[in-house]
Amino acid sequence: MLKQIEGSQAMAEAIGLCRPEVICAYPITPQTHIVEGLGAMVKDGRLKGCEYLNVESEFAALSVAIGSSAAGARTYTATASQGLLFMLEAVYNASGLGLPIVMTLGNRAIGAPINIWNDHSDAMAARDAGWIMLFAESNQEAVDLHIQAFRLAEELSVPVMVCVDGFILTHAVERLDIPSQEQVDAFLPPFEPVQVLDPADPISIGAMVGPEAFTEVRYLAHHKQMTALDRIPELAADFAAAFGREAGGLLKSYRLDDAETVVLAMGSVMGTIKDVIDDMRADGARIGGVSLCSFRPFPIGPVREALQNAKRVVVVEKDLAVGLGGVVAANVRMAMRVFDVPVCTVIAGLGGRSIPKTSLRRTFEAAARNELEGLHFLDLNWDVVNRELERAGEKRRSGPVAENILKDLGLIMHKVM
Amino acid sequence: MPNETVQPIKFYQTGTLTVGNRLLDPEKRTVQASGERTNAITSGHRACQGCGEALGARYALDAAMRATGNRVVAVNATGCLEVFTTPYPETAWQLPWLHSLFGNAAAVASGVAAAMRAKGRPEVRVIAQGGDGGTTDIGFGCLSGMFERNDDVLYICYDNEAYMNTGVQRSSATPPAARTATTPAVGDKPGNVFGTGKNLPLIAMAHGIPYVATASVADLRDLEAKVQKAMTIRGARYIHVFVPCPLGWGSASQDTIKLARLAIESGLFPVFEAEYGEVVRSRAIRRKVPVEDYLKPQRRFAHLFKAGKPDVDRIARLQAVADANIKRFNLLRPDGDA
Repeated sequence: MLKQIEGSQAMAEAIGLCRPEVICAYPITPQTHIVEGLGAMVKDGRLKGCEYLNVESEFAALSVAIGSSAAGARTYTATASQGLLFMLEAVYNASGLGLPIVMTLGNRAIGAPINIWNDHSDAMAARDAGWIMLFAESNQEAVDLHIQAFRLAEELSVPVMVCVDGFILTHAVERLDIPSQEQVDAFLPPFEPVQVLDPADPISIGAMVGPEAFTEVRYLAHHKQMTALDRIPELAADFAAAFGREAGGLLKSYRLDDAETVVLAMGSVMGTIKDVIDDMRADGARIGGVSLCSFRPFPIGPVREALQNAKRVVVVEKDLAVGLGGVVAANVRMAMRVFDVPVCTVIAGLGGRSIPKTSLRRTFEAAARNELEGLHFLDLNWDVVNRELERAGEKRRSGPVAENILKDLGLIMHKVM
Repeated sequence: MPNETVQPIKFYQTGTLTVGNRLLDPEKRTVQASGERTNAITSGHRACQGCGEALGARYALDAAMRATGNRVVAVNATGCLEVFTTPYPETAWQLPWLHSLFGNAAAVASGVAAAMRAKGRPEVRVIAQGGDGGTTDIGFGCLSGMFERNDDVLYICYDNEAYMNTGVQRSSATPPAARTATTPAVGDKPGNVFGTGKNLPLIAMAHGIPYVATASVADLRDLEAKVQKAMTIRGARYIHVFVPCPLGWGSASQDTIKLARLAIESGLFPVFEAEYGEVVRSRAIRRKVPVEDYLKPQRRFAHLFKAGKPDVDRIARLQAVADANIKRFNLLRPDGDA
């Protein structure tokens, strides 16, 4: 059914249609509206047979989820940013135990400096935790990915993180198609766990494993993700057949035919990038795009296939591996190592900074002229950076960097009176 | 409170706690020799000789299995109990058992309980368990959360007063003056400092939960009775079990029960029950002993008794701790149990 609805509320409705049995909620911006929506659905009886727990931390939220999933209940939670870091130990534990929890990550920057706005730093901090990580390009895809996520998680007995850009998606109100209960029921069978805590058939879960078998356990986790490389496109095809629209899959190509410059990105920024590609195409530029949906497992083969005819690749990413560069670009370079194709990294949108079309176009045009450096920071204010570097060079006690910069920009008082 | 119409049982064998089974009501008799006896932790695990935790955990979970007709799931914090019961590829657990992390046993158990409610199986009960480190320190946030939500979980802490699994480091349950690897017996004031630490049973009571109890491996019947009682109650429950650790305490493995008893009889470990935040029962000290009797057999307190030069001041401060417990819980009274 078409609705004019906020992204978070739409995701809550989609998750509710998946009939979760246990939901753990802990507030952190920008995912909070999702668990609020679900809480209301449980309390007013729209979502039946569901236990909704208000817990005391994100660490507890995922820990409760671990317990309920191991006891055979379809389990959901959501988090963002600092919350993901606070629960990180449990993030690894959930995947290590092979528990098919679905969690939304409302992508947000990580402090310090504290920042509530969107980027992908949080997801990147958990990239090797063993979760399947799917990035939604739009709110419609966010709705649809959650439905696919429960099926994928439960088929493979692996947790799935659905990454949605904070505010840009979570707080945007737009027209979305919310499926019916019958459609979702037909697509998503009841949860049949591969392991369950049941007094009738007592098993131990979470035993200590030493060097004699640890590698095998880890390999099997990897194997599961390699299996997901096949299942993710199949599920996306099933979904398209059942719901009549495309969503998910490993990646999506955009105007790649004859493209010499190919831009790869994850999440909602792909919308802006597609507009820039259209504009540049209209002016005769040979440029196309790749929207990466599945970041883990990382689809090395499909990425290589999509990019192999490019003369250059530009990865636009909302994260920074401090001391290295771009995380996604490093993965793309691994896929492209057999080709002599330069891969440039554009770090953009950190802490919610706008990614305007003009800046992207300028950058893509520089790339097309082979003038883009390997690591580029979009719209970096060099005046501010250089002033702080000077200040730090002048005296030992130069003060806190973030506060100094805010003073330079006139955003806070020079001295507290 | 004892029913006044029932004559209390006298313990005729002076100097012991022995009483013949035949003198007790059938439901109070021990079942050690019964073929029907549950066996939560089976033999072959890797606990040290004289391990108080292994003994306490087995009796507690056996009692829980009996009380629930075996419909019980155990969630375990990381620690000795987890490690010595599940060396790959073996497990000693005869009931469904889940280990997740060091600091989240209470939350994981809340999740299991929630799942059982959602699945329409509320008859399946949940026990979370951990050592003092996993309970009073790293697991405290999750434990407090489970308490305040009044989740239907019985949490059992096996308190051996330090991080034994990692090699005997101080926890917030380590008593003053005790030597641990991180409170070494060196300097002017060897061992753990005074005036620190948490009293978790009292903190649990402050949450106003339906049931809080302390127990000891010195009285396994009492432990079993408290677990059985806890399983008749819905909501958050907490039992804090005193479990000597021969390795960490530097005590003889055959002295585990003796030390546990001396901790009670000196007043250092008060045994009591509380309901909804109020103490309703305590176990009276039968024959009070000075704290020295408890401290001396343990090498972790050896610095208090250096040849010819006992640390009189600090022994007196430990005696004051015991005396304060005795006063607070009214442990010296002529009537025995009250």
